[in-house]
Amino acid sequence: MLTAHGLACDRGDRRLFSAVDFAVAPGQWLQVEGPNGAGKTSLLRIVAGLAPAADGRIEWDGQPVAQVRDEYHARLLYLGHAPSIKDDLSALENLQTAAAVAGRPLDEHTALTALRRIGLKGREDLPTRVLSQGQKRRVALARLLCSQARLWILDEPFVALDVAAVSQLCEILDEHLSRGGMLLFTSHQAVQLGGTPSSLRLGA
Amino acid sequence: MSQRFINWFKFASPASFYPLAGKAWPWFAALATAFCAAGLWISFFVAPTDFQQGEGYRIIFIHVPASWMSMFIYCVMAFWAAIGITFNTRLSGMMSSALAPTGALFAFISLWTGALWGKPMWGAWWVWDARLTSELILFFLYIGYIALTAAIDDPRRADKAGAIVALVGVVNVPIIYFSVKWWNTLHQGASVSLTKAPTMATTMLWGMLLMALAFWMYSIAIALYRVRAIILERERHTTWVAELPEMQR
Amino acid sequence: MSAFFAIVRRDLLLAARRKSEVFTALFFFMIVVSLFPLGIGPETALLRRIAPGVLWVAALLAAMLSLNRLFAADHADGTLEQMALSPTPLALLVAGKTLAHWLTAGLPLVLLAPVLGIQFDLSARSLGILMLSLLLGTPILSLIGAIGAALTLGLRGGGVLLSLLVLPLYIPALIFGAGAVEADMAGLGVGGHLSLLGALLALGVFFAPWAATAALRIALE
Repeated sequence: MLTAHGLACDRGDRRLFSAVDFAVAPGQWLQVEGPNGAGKTSLLRIVAGLAPAADGRIEWDGQPVAQVRDEYHARLLYLGHAPSIKDDLSALENLQTAAAVAGRPLDEHTALTALRRIGLKGREDLPTRVLSQGQKRRVALARLLCSQARLWILDEPFVALDVAAVSQLCEILDEHLSRGGMLLFTSHQAVQLGGTPSSLRLGA
Repeated sequence: MSQRFINWFKFASPASFYPLAGKAWPWFAALATAFCAAGLWISFFVAPTDFQQGEGYRIIFIHVPASWMSMFIYCVMAFWAAIGITFNTRLSGMMSSALAPTGALFAFISLWTGALWGKPMWGAWWVWDARLTSELILFFLYIGYIALTAAIDDPRRADKAGAIVALVGVVNVPIIYFSVKWWNTLHQGASVSLTKAPTMATTMLWGMLLMALAFWMYSIAIALYRVRAIILERERHTTWVAELPEMQR
Repeated sequence: MSAFFAIVRRDLLLAARRKSEVFTALFFFMIVVSLFPLGIGPETALLRRIAPGVLWVAALLAAMLSLNRLFAADHADGTLEQMALSPTPLALLVAGKTLAHWLTAGLPLVLLAPVLGIQFDLSARSLGILMLSLLLGTPILSLIGAIGAALTLGLRGGGVLLSLLVLPLYIPALIFGAGAVEADMAGLGVGGHLSLLGALLALGVFFAPWAATAALRIALE
């Protein structure tokens, strides 16, 4: 259970948003909407614990995140704007090192299965430098398939994906929710997912 | 006890520190002028001519206090940096950045006067004396701090990054000083030291002390004056700044 | 701890895929060192005297060349954010990256230095001391450099600023490192110099990753 009370964020002298409250329970998803510059990415970074909030507090299972930071991060998967893909490594190496750095090493079989399911069959060993923008996004999204995290925080996960990939991603998100996972993401497009939906508008 | 604690933190807010600094700085400036006049009078008219070095030695009345201040100000900066990192107060970063130019100035004065002293005494503008070399490195550290904080646009981030530089610097200053001394003895550098050369007469000590006090008061006055300017610049969008009488004109 | 080795492995793998960057720094080291005899003249006695200082200063500059990129690529592609979110303490991961930097930028200098020392007519014994002092000293350069690289992450003119911040802090390592070789050539013991270098290294290993981590968190905000 993730809850936020009265979150506020400043950029320079300007207050981007204030008094943002929300709660995400297992099986629930929250879509953050709003125009460009409303602070969607900032909100996700604050919730993930990458940036400090100007005001307010975030709780994980009723405890302040600052106190249970390690435990919280062990249950969290965050995918930001930048796909955190190394051009010189292959898709497989990218996936495996990312998992190892996150403290959850991945065996090759699981990683390969995930890459094939996300539509990168036959490209697992190519350096990602030669992949297209959309294919690179898929490499990043393959991390979702290998993830045991309960809370997913995704920044614009649907960007640069073709129709097939969008429906595939929706499928993956549905599975996560049906397992009792929680999901927080930003997107400009309307999304249909299972589980309990809710949405949050910034900059209204 | 807790009452006092709260009072301290009250002045950590720029809004309450601004008027306090405004009231305080002219006093410190006046003290600086008084001490400076007394110190210069002693150093030029009262202190006896040195039988070895003639009149040229009188530059140490500027040189030595300036070196003291340049080192002391760096420690004060590091102190504010530590406060800033521990308590996350906005004012401490402003204090550090207000102090840095003054510290750099004193380091520069110390180097300059050292060179002026060195020419008649050693026959060279620059000698790789352990103290002078350390002072030069301290000057570099000040420049690094100023350059880094100037390169970062966001003032909060600049303060925090500057705090780390100041703390890393202050840990390194004794190491650098020690290593330079070691290097100096190994290479048989100049044996005449700037401060040890004249046997200190009491009047000379007084002159130096007064000048040190003058520099000290000057540093406080200028830092307070500068911190007021920084507060105004950073807080220009807040209501308390807009309500200041000097903003109404 | 597995994350620590994972990050070292990854950075070494990346360096192996981009060998040119490692070799650029090495050639820079060679060229700078070779310029000195050309500027000063080929007099053997003089060259032997300046050799420790020249080699050490060139090593400082060469190690600094690659510092810029220590965190920049990870910052640009979002990997740094993932590292900050890892349950492994960020300081440990930063230490891993610093170790990888030393293995790719510091260790090659140590191995190349005796070859260049021969150009300066150093004795075999002095070459050994030179290598030893670089072996102890170059990790200090990577550790202090990591703090500078983290502080200047994403800034305009970061490279020049980095050298301004880091070079004064390199001075003790330079003094003890070059001093060790000089002391040996003068027939004095080198134990003092080397133990002080070792003390600096221990201090650096202990504190530098923390300072660099604090600086990275500021850059990430």
